Amino acid sequence: MIEKAWSGNRNYWLWILFLLVLISIGIYCYSLQFEYGLGITGMSNDVSWGVYIAQFTFFVGVAASAVMLVIPYYLHDYKAFGKIVVLGEFLAVSAVLMCLLFILADMGMPMRVLYVIIHPTPNSMLFWDMLVLNGYLVLNMTCGWVALDAEKKRTAPPKWIKPLIYLSIPWAVSIHTVTAFLYAGLPSRHLWLTAILAPRFLASAFASGPALLIILILLLKKLVQFEIANEAIQKLATIVLYASIINFFFLGLEFFTAFYSNIPGHMHGLVYLYAGLQGQHALIIWMWTSLVLGLGAIVLLLIPDLKREENILLISSVAIFFSLWIDKGIGMVLGGFVPTPLETVTEYSPSAVEIFITLGIWAVGILTLTLLYKIALSVQKEAAA
Amino acid sequence: MNNRRNFLKKLSAISVLGASSFSLLNKFSDNTSLAAVTSSSSEKNKVRWGMVVDMRKCKDDCELCIDACHQVHNVPDFENPKDQIKWIKKAPYPNLFPSKNHQYPSENVKSKPFLTFCNHCEHPPCVRVCPTKATFKKPDGIVEMDFHRCIGCRFCMAACPYGERSFNWRDSRSAIPNIDRSYPTRQRGVVEKCNFCSERLAKNQKPACVEVCPEKVLTFGNLNDPNSEIREILKSNQASVRKPELGAKPSVFYIL
Repeated sequence: MIEKAWSGNRNYWLWILFLLVLISIGIYCYSLQFEYGLGITGMSNDVSWGVYIAQFTFFVGVAASAVMLVIPYYLHDYKAFGKIVVLGEFLAVSAVLMCLLFILADMGMPMRVLYVIIHPTPNSMLFWDMLVLNGYLVLNMTCGWVALDAEKKRTAPPKWIKPLIYLSIPWAVSIHTVTAFLYAGLPSRHLWLTAILAPRFLASAFASGPALLIILILLLKKLVQFEIANEAIQKLATIVLYASIINFFFLGLEFFTAFYSNIPGHMHGLVYLYAGLQGQHALIIWMWTSLVLGLGAIVLLLIPDLKREENILLISSVAIFFSLWIDKGIGMVLGGFVPTPLETVTEYSPSAVEIFITLGIWAVGILTLTLLYKIALSVQKEAAA
Repeated sequence: MNNRRNFLKKLSAISVLGASSFSLLNKFSDNTSLAAVTSSSSEKNKVRWGMVVDMRKCKDDCELCIDACHQVHNVPDFENPKDQIKWIKKAPYPNLFPSKNHQYPSENVKSKPFLTFCNHCEHPPCVRVCPTKATFKKPDGIVEMDFHRCIGCRFCMAACPYGERSFNWRDSRSAIPNIDRSYPTRQRGVVEKCNFCSERLAKNQKPACVEVCPEKVLTFGNLNDPNSEIREILKSNQASVRKPELGAKPSVFYIL
């Protein structure tokens, strides 16, 4: 099937070339970081995780959201998702790949990465995260590929794939729960030390992932005349809508507990993010943008006539995706480091090298996604012919 | 054909089983030694090293202990705060004791810079989160670093409630004024912190900071020996630890 990825029109190859250029720049910047050390980034002892770990966290969510297609299609026999369930699975594959690269980019001693396996340490959540992420990558690649292969051969998928598909459902929940546990069990990081961190992660994941999928599907419709029933897109939009509402409801709960209790430690992180603390306020603009975009998109999607309008749906999906990307991919991680354990506020902004490495990793993810989608769509087209 | 296939199947099953049980065995033997190290057992052990910091005696502008520590441990001296590594430092009282601080702090603590370094907790959060056991607790209560095991993920820095860990953001060797050959320098990419001078204890010497202090601010000793000097001080003085509400049980005590 892989041969489907090797034939395409001029634009296809130009797009791939563009991604390869971005990847090359990323690799060059990584060589600079490898040579100098992580001091080449904007991170410091006070804000010891930055854009890499934040992006890692966000894309674990995107990966987990494949389950929002797998459950309706495989558990509830919702036929309208038949064509796009594989797109969800392949999106998960690309997202997990990015996650693993972000972890690698963040390591001070990348050549020691296998120590996590050689010296397994079950009391560390990072050990479990490594297990579930790699497992999820294999599961989704297998389920998506095998189903597609069956479609190509015009046969029913082999029976052994069913248990793997069912396994991938709780597994998806596990990857984001374990990722939340990286944060939610650390004493003295008040923004993270909350029992609803895992459910909030899942809610924002089930909103941002399907939102991205809507964007991708609408793009494919325009670019390669991908044919998809409107019903499937509208169902995705409903999933995005409810998951976003739950996410912002959870955010409200965080505000209530922090401010009604009036405990300084619980308030500081939120105050810093949305209003600034000790004169430091780099994230205010981001956080309010996130709020306005997210809540605005929810209002649009709540009005049935607007939700059915393809352009409005596209705008809302972009708004939700960007809103939750800021919320989890910037605010959540950076806010946890404020205030520092010594009650000071240190701000962080990524360096140019750091940004280009991040872009390079995105490009790897997008390239993987391009190749996998090319294969999937070609197979589907042939099967329909 | 079928026979051969079955044979191969069995063979692979056995080898997988063998490999996994071997690693499981490894795991157990690892854990038995680990249990002695990480469980709360150092409360029952013969030795649990601890420190009392008598802030009443500490001079605001004196940094002899900091200099001595950083000299014997090859701690680099970077100008850019982003790169700085600190095993021991001074910070204002309200920053160290946020939950103890109130609106009307007494004059003697209000503006006093307090000494701070790794607390060598009874239940260290840093050890709990480390994915490779690169940071671990010794039977004598000291939380140690294995610089050759550290993968530089900085999970321990996110976990430490006291901000006492530093990362080697860049090569530090060029920033060490006089390299002391008796203690290793660190590669970039690993985390480091105060080790209660394990290497000096092994030679029956006191920690460098304790030895150099002319005011006798620091008292180092065995918390598990009820007759030790450190326990005598704790008996007769009201001492505080940082953030007791977190349950980490620091081994560093402050007399305010």
